[in-house]
Amino acid sequence: MFSYIIRRLISAVILLLIVSAVTFGIFFVLPKLAGQTTDQLAQQYIGKAPTPADIAAVKKNLGLDKPVYEQFWDFLKGIFAGVDYKFGPEAARCNFPCFGYSFKTHIEVWPEIQSRLPVTLSLAAGAAVVWVVSGVATGVLSALRPGSLFDRAAMGVALAGVSLPMFFTGALALALFTYQWPIFQRSDYVPLLEDPFGWAQTLVLPWVTLAFLYSALYARLTRAGMLETLNEDFIRTARAKGLRERKVVVRHGLRAALTPIITVFGMDLGLLLGGALITEQVFSLQGVGAFAVQAITANDLPNILGVTLLAAFFIVLCNLVVDVLYAAVDPRVRLS
Amino acid sequence: MRRSVPVAAIATISCAGLLLAGCSGGKDSANGSSKANAATKGVVNASNEKGGTLNYAISDAPESFDPGNTYYAFIYNFSRLYARPLTTFNPAPGAKGNELVPDLAESMGKASDGGKTWTYKLRKGVKYEDGREVTSQDVKYAVERSNFARDTLSLGPNYFQQFLVDDDKYKGPYKDKSKAGLKSIETPDDHTIVFHLKKPFAEFDYLVSAPQTAPVPQDKDKGAEYTRSVVSSGSYKFQSYQEGKQLVLVRNPQWSAKTDPLRKQLPDKIVVKMKVAKSTIDKDLKSGNTHIDLAGTGVDGQTQAQLLTSESEKANTDNALGQRLVYTAINSKVKPFDKLECRQAVQYAIDKKAVQTSLGGPIRGDLASTVLPTDIPGYQKFDLYPQKYDAKNKLDLTEAKKKWKECGAGNVDTTILARSDRQDEVDAATTVVESLKKIGINAKIQQYPTSKYFSDYAGVPKFNKKNNVGLIMMQWGSDFPTGYGYLQQILNGKAISQSGNTNLSELDDPEINKLLETAIADTDKAAREKAYAEIDKKTMEQAVIVPLTYFKVLNYRSPEATNLVSTSAFSGQYDYLNVGVKK
Repeated sequence: MFSYIIRRLISAVILLLIVSAVTFGIFFVLPKLAGQTTDQLAQQYIGKAPTPADIAAVKKNLGLDKPVYEQFWDFLKGIFAGVDYKFGPEAARCNFPCFGYSFKTHIEVWPEIQSRLPVTLSLAAGAAVVWVVSGVATGVLSALRPGSLFDRAAMGVALAGVSLPMFFTGALALALFTYQWPIFQRSDYVPLLEDPFGWAQTLVLPWVTLAFLYSALYARLTRAGMLETLNEDFIRTARAKGLRERKVVVRHGLRAALTPIITVFGMDLGLLLGGALITEQVFSLQGVGAFAVQAITANDLPNILGVTLLAAFFIVLCNLVVDVLYAAVDPRVRLS
Repeated sequence: MRRSVPVAAIATISCAGLLLAGCSGGKDSANGSSKANAATKGVVNASNEKGGTLNYAISDAPESFDPGNTYYAFIYNFSRLYARPLTTFNPAPGAKGNELVPDLAESMGKASDGGKTWTYKLRKGVKYEDGREVTSQDVKYAVERSNFARDTLSLGPNYFQQFLVDDDKYKGPYKDKSKAGLKSIETPDDHTIVFHLKKPFAEFDYLVSAPQTAPVPQDKDKGAEYTRSVVSSGSYKFQSYQEGKQLVLVRNPQWSAKTDPLRKQLPDKIVVKMKVAKSTIDKDLKSGNTHIDLAGTGVDGQTQAQLLTSESEKANTDNALGQRLVYTAINSKVKPFDKLECRQAVQYAIDKKAVQTSLGGPIRGDLASTVLPTDIPGYQKFDLYPQKYDAKNKLDLTEAKKKWKECGAGNVDTTILARSDRQDEVDAATTVVESLKKIGINAKIQQYPTSKYFSDYAGVPKFNKKNNVGLIMMQWGSDFPTGYGYLQQILNGKAISQSGNTNLSELDDPEINKLLETAIADTDKAAREKAYAEIDKKTMEQAVIVPLTYFKVLNYRSPEATNLVSTSAFSGQYDYLNVGVKK
C-alpha cells in the first residue's frame, strides 16, 4: 500500500510538470507560431503608448526576454526555492511555494489563491455532501421500486437536473429564493470558524443549486448500478441465507454499486476544488473559479498557471484517494 | 482612452436572466420624487446628511486602486475620495460637469514661456491620514512613479512622460535614486510645483486632473503593493483592502473642509464589493443593498427591459452620454479603401439605424454623424453623408451604389475586426457586414479578445495589411473632455505606431496633424474648439471613420443614495465625490 502511494505521488508530480509545461506552451509557443513577438506580448502588460524603453523594461522585469525553457525552469525553481522580485522601491522575497507575481498587477499569486481557497473548498465540500447523500439515496430508492411513481418522478427531476445549465438554475434560485421570497438573503462569504451559522446560511443556495446538477447524475448512476447489482447471483445468495433486506441492499448491493460512483465522485470533486467557475460567478462568490476567469480574461500567465496547477493537483489527489478507497469498498481490489 | 469595463463579460448569465425577467418581477420602488434623467440635469436627493454606509459593487475586479497605476474612468472618479489630484471636475450636471476646478492646487495652473511652463500652488494645510502635510515634492514623486516606472506601475497612461522635457533620460524613482529626480519638474518650495514641457500645451490643467498627480509620500511607496495601503490625502482612507474582493474606506480624520471646498465627507463608511454578478448588482441596486455600480457601465439587458416597461422604475434611471463614439474605422492603407470614393460608399452603405438596434437601441446611443461626440466642447452638428430611410425604415442605397461605381472596385472581399468578448460589438459588426453586402463588399468578421486587440491585431498595421483588414470596429472615449484629448490618439498621423496603434484608419493627413499641433498650443479656448470642429469636418471629408452611435449608458439611480449627479467627464457615471446615503 505504502509503495503504491509513493509511486502514485511520483507520477502525480510528473503529471503536474506536464500540465505546467503544456500551459507554458499554450501561453508562449502557440501565439509565437501565429506571429506574436515578445514585444507584443510585453505590450499587453503596459498601459497606453509604451516607449521602446518601457517595453524593454517590462520584458526584463517579467523575464520575457529569456528563452521559454529558461522561463519555465525559473518558474519551477521559484516554486521550491523562492525568488526575489522587484516591483517597487525594494526587492521582495517570494517564498515557497512561489507561483510568481501577476504580470498585470505584480501582486504575488499564491496568497491570492490561498485567500480564495476556503470559499471554493466550502462550496465544493458542502455541495458534495448534499449531492452524494441525495443522489445515492434517490438512486437506491428508485432501484428498489423500478417503474413506481417515485422512481418516475425522481428520474424526471434527475433528467431536469442534468439538462438544465448551472447559470440557469443558479439565476432561477436567486430570483426565487433571494429576491422574490427572500428566504436566503444575499450576503458575502463568512469564514466557517468565524460564524458557522452565517457560513452555512451564505452557502445553502449555492450548495443546493450545484448539488441539483450533480445529484441528478448520481441518482441515475446509482439506480443503474443498483438495478444491475440486485440481479446478481450473490444478492440472491444473500437473500437465500435469510439476511434482512436492509442488509442485502446496503451491505451487498450498494457496496458493489458504489465503485463507479466513487470514480466519478473523485473526478467531480477534484474538478470542483479547482474552482466552480459558473457557480461562483452566479452567486458572486470570491473563489478560485472567479480568480481563474479573471486570470484568463487578463491573459495573466502566472495567475493562469497557479489555478491550473491547483486544479490539476486536486484532480490527481482525489483520484489517488479514490484508488485507495477502491480497496476498502471492493474486496476484489488489492493495491500492489 | 480611459478604459471602461467590458459590458458583455457575463453575457450568458444575462441571457439566462432575460428568461427569468418575469419571475423576479420586482416591485415598483421609485420614491416618486424624481424623474427619468433627473441626475443629468441636476443633483438628485441633494443632502448634507452625514452617516451610514455607502455600498458600491462591481462585476469585475479593478486591477489596482493605486491612483498612479490605473486607467479606468471609474477609478479616476472614485480615487478622488482618497487621493486629491491638482485639479478635478466640478461635481455638477451637464456641461458644468466638464468644467475643471482646482483641487489640491489652490488655483488653476499659471502658464508661462508660451504655454511650455506650468506652475501650481498647493493649498496649505492639506494633510495625509498620518497627519503629515502634503508637499509639492510628494506630487512630483507621484508623477515620477506613475509615468517613469512603467515596468512596475504599468496600467496608467504616460502623458507626462511624453510631454515633459527630460522624458528619455530619467529612469524612474525605483532605479534613479538621485535626490534631484526628474529635472523637468521643479519644487522651489513645499507648496509650489513647476512643470517644464517640450511643447506648448494649453490644456495642461486637464492633464493634471489625472489621479497621477495625487500626492504619494515616498517613504510609504511600496510599488505595485501600494494599492493595498494607499496613503490618503482625501476625505476617506483605506480601512481594509482584499485584492479582488472588497475595499472598505472610512473617514480620514485628518481631512478638513477648510482645505477642501469640493468634498462633503458624508457617509461614515464606503464599501466596494468586487466580482459581484452583474445581474445581482442590478437587483441589489433596486433592493437597496447596493447604492452604486462602481463601473458605471449601465444596467444589463434584463434590467433594462424591466426598467423601461415600468413608469415608476424608469423614473429612477439616467440615460447619460459618455463622451464616447462607437464607430467603424476604414483602413485607408488597404485596397480598395485607399480610394476616397470607396470609403464614401461605405459611409452611405452602412445602415446606422440597424447598427443602433443591434447595439441595444436609442437607449444605448444616438445616431452619430461626426467624430466628436456631442458632449465634447467644440462639437458642431453636421452630416456629410446623410442617410435616407423609407417608411419601412429601409435604407436608400442610391448614393452608396453611385459612389461604389465611381470607386470602380466591383465585388471585393475584405475583413472586419471586432472584439470577441464584446457581444454588442460583434452584433454591430454583423450588421455592418449585412449592409455592405448590398453594394458588393463581402466582409468576413474576425474576432479577437480585448486584451490583445491593439497589441496583436487591430493595432498592428502590418497585421491589417497582411490580412486584408479594411474595416475595424471601435469604441473611443476621451482621456479628458476636450477636442485634443479625444481626437489626438485616433487622428494624428504621428500617433501611428507599429503595435498598440489606435489611429486605426492610419490617417496621416498633414493638414489635420498641423491643426492638432497648433490648436493645443493656442491659449484661446474658443479658438481651440473652433479648430477641433474643423478637424472633425476634415476627417469626415476623408471618410475614414464611419460614426455609428454616440454611446449612452442607462444607469439605475438608487433612491437610497443622495447627491447623485451624472457627469459626462467620467463617461456618464455618477460623480462619486459626494454621494451619501439616506438614513
